[in-house]
Amino acid sequence: MNLLAVAAEPGAVSGSLSSYLIVSAILFLLGLATILTRRNVLYVLMGTELILNAANLNFVAFTRFGGYELDGQMMALVVVMLAAAEAAVALAIVLRIFHDFGSIDMTRTDSLRD
Amino acid sequence: MSILALQHAVAGAGAGPVPVDETGAFLSIGLGLFLVPLLSAVTLIFFGRKLPRGGDWIAQTAIVTCAVGALTMFWKVLVQHGTPGWSWSSAAVGQAWDWIALGGFHLSVGIYWDNLSVIMATMVTVVSSCIFFFSAGYMHGDRDYPRFFAYLSYFCFAMLGLVVVDNLLMLFVFWELVGVGSYLLIGFFYDQEDPPKASLKAFMVNRVGDVLFLLGIIICWRTFGTLRYSEIFATLSAGHFTELPVGHAFAGLSHHALLTLSGILIFCGAISKSAQVPLHTWLPDAMAGPTPVSALIHAATMVAAGVFMVGRMYPYFTPEALNFIAVVGAITALVGATMGLVMWDIKKVLAYSTMSQLGYMMLGLGVGGYVAGLFHLITHAFFKSCLFLGSGSVIHAVHSQDIRDMGGLKRKMPVTYWTFLIATLALAGVPCFAGYYSKDQIVATSLAWGMSHDAAHWMPFVFAAVGAFMTTFYMFRLVFLTFHGKPADQHRFDHAHESPPVMALPLVVLATVALFGGGTLNPLPHNEELWFNRLVEQPASAAIAGLGLEVHPTAEHWEHAMHAAHYPALGVSFIAILLGFLLARRMYLTKATDPAAVSARFGPMHEIISHKYYFDDLYNGVLIPGLQRLNRALAWFDRNVIDGIVNLVGLLARSIAFVAGLFDKYVIDGLVNFWRWFVRTLSAVLRLTQTGNVRDYLTLTLIGVLILAMYLAAE
Repeated sequence: MNLLAVAAEPGAVSGSLSSYLIVSAILFLLGLATILTRRNVLYVLMGTELILNAANLNFVAFTRFGGYELDGQMMALVVVMLAAAEAAVALAIVLRIFHDFGSIDMTRTDSLRD
Repeated sequence: MSILALQHAVAGAGAGPVPVDETGAFLSIGLGLFLVPLLSAVTLIFFGRKLPRGGDWIAQTAIVTCAVGALTMFWKVLVQHGTPGWSWSSAAVGQAWDWIALGGFHLSVGIYWDNLSVIMATMVTVVSSCIFFFSAGYMHGDRDYPRFFAYLSYFCFAMLGLVVVDNLLMLFVFWELVGVGSYLLIGFFYDQEDPPKASLKAFMVNRVGDVLFLLGIIICWRTFGTLRYSEIFATLSAGHFTELPVGHAFAGLSHHALLTLSGILIFCGAISKSAQVPLHTWLPDAMAGPTPVSALIHAATMVAAGVFMVGRMYPYFTPEALNFIAVVGAITALVGATMGLVMWDIKKVLAYSTMSQLGYMMLGLGVGGYVAGLFHLITHAFFKSCLFLGSGSVIHAVHSQDIRDMGGLKRKMPVTYWTFLIATLALAGVPCFAGYYSKDQIVATSLAWGMSHDAAHWMPFVFAAVGAFMTTFYMFRLVFLTFHGKPADQHRFDHAHESPPVMALPLVVLATVALFGGGTLNPLPHNEELWFNRLVEQPASAAIAGLGLEVHPTAEHWEHAMHAAHYPALGVSFIAILLGFLLARRMYLTKATDPAAVSARFGPMHEIISHKYYFDDLYNGVLIPGLQRLNRALAWFDRNVIDGIVNLVGLLARSIAFVAGLFDKYVIDGLVNFWRWFVRTLSAVLRLTQTGNVRDYLTLTLIGVLILAMYLAAE
């Protein structure tokens, strides 16, 4: 509620905050759905990218409508950089998983249970 | 003579007063005296058979060591610086051992030396040494030779312990231990018929007295709160009686009556141990044991323990208790002597003689002749053990105990004959022999007692005088029938021979003491001339002091009576001895009178005496069946009533346990099982969530976040 009220404030911005947030939420849900439904690890990684980008969108939107300088944009850049690094590490992990389990099916890598 | 001379000589040489500190010597001799024989007994029991000569040398070394210790003590205390009232208590110098400490009950054990215990220990060790050597000859070749010496050593342990302890309860413990020693040694020939029976009889008869003795000790402890001799007498003299609580069995009794009762009960222990009427029946039967045992235990030491104990507790006895002791002693002296007249077994004659002499000692103590009674105890030990060993020597030679099988042995066995004769003269109380000095003191004291009281109090003196006549008669009967006259059995006579030196030498030693044991050879001595009278003095009566009684007769009156009685008593004794000797000579040596005719004249009397006054028949025919009937009734009661109660209690306990078991099984166990089930079930459910699949965790995380979000939104 509070957030929507902020978004409703008039200013030199096009569109409303809630439309950005809705897009961001859709992106987030798509990412989440990908992670929860796909069995292939690569898809899961892509899902996480979507979620990260949904977050980036939020950062930018709130900065824009919240009257901040460029804080959100800076944070979004850090996230992008972080995501690249994360992808590199994650892909290395995927390679190890494939090497150990002979598959990259997530449902079959349940040795965390032990 | 000799000892007094030594005493004077040493005193004259400037031996000085009592030395600074001889605690170590007194203590170690006291302990060594009974621990050394114990060590010897234990060694012989376990290793006797493996040792050369059956280990008899161990026992002999042990007892000679003890004798040396006791003689050292005797020299130190009595000769070097002997004063009549000397005593040394290990408790007084802090050398006492706590035995029992239970709340208020505190019992410590220590060594107590006074002139009496030193003399007693010396007598026991010297007599024992003689007998240990004699036994080596007498028991030679016996199958159980090592066991015999083990038992003898054990007995010496118990006997010497009895002498040196400082309290009544320890005395009682050793008292029982000597009883066990006596039991073991009477029944030594366990494969024959009589000895086991006799040993059991001795043990059982002694139990009767010992139970009463223990009761007396308990009353003493209850009343004075201590059992150490010196403390008992101190408390009693001060008149500190602990009052019995209301409702106590003896609460109604006055102090005087209680003390008398306790004294008589304590004396009851001596009645059985020292073979006084009516508990004397075990002593003649005890002769079934080996002869050295009869000499050591049933003549010299153990039976004298009762007299020693009465001497120890002397200040404790009230005048009434002493009267009781005097009467029992007088009856025993006469009854024993009469039975000695008619026996044909050489050992039985000596056994009844012992009983009679023990009666004399008790009589002496009872009539106030403390010194006389105890002196007789010491001299009697020497000459009676000499007589028994002499009879052992004779039995060894002719293989019979019946004096009708003997005769004329004087020529064959001169050493045995002469030692036996000396001991006989000492026993009869012939002037100049040891027994004369002690026995005549008893007779004189009993006469003085009669003179200073009313007519009824003449009884001990009359009994003692008649007993003296009989003693001489039966002893000379024994001597004449055994050693004089013609051999009754030529075959036995031909095979008889003098005993080997190991047996003859102890006889000579003992006979020497029987001859010189009085310490003087003056036939008309003053009492002050006798070594024993110089060293032992009558203790003041704590009972009279504690109860505040008047002394009767007064000291002055008593002194006067004693003085007046001295020569008349000597005269009466002398006439009695002479008559006894002449009668024995007439009947058994010159055969002028036929013994059978004499017994026929005293028909009914002879009958009664021959049947030992029917004591055994009374016990076996009336007392024992009665007791057995009582026992059966008690056994029935025990089986049916007591066991019934016990079983009922058992049943009750079992029922309660059964219910408790059910509770345990279903409630307690149920609770435990429930928690187990609960945890298992819960974990089974929760385990389902742990799939190990990252996606599932994510899903759950999501659900959690959603729940959190909804919660926050609801805020």
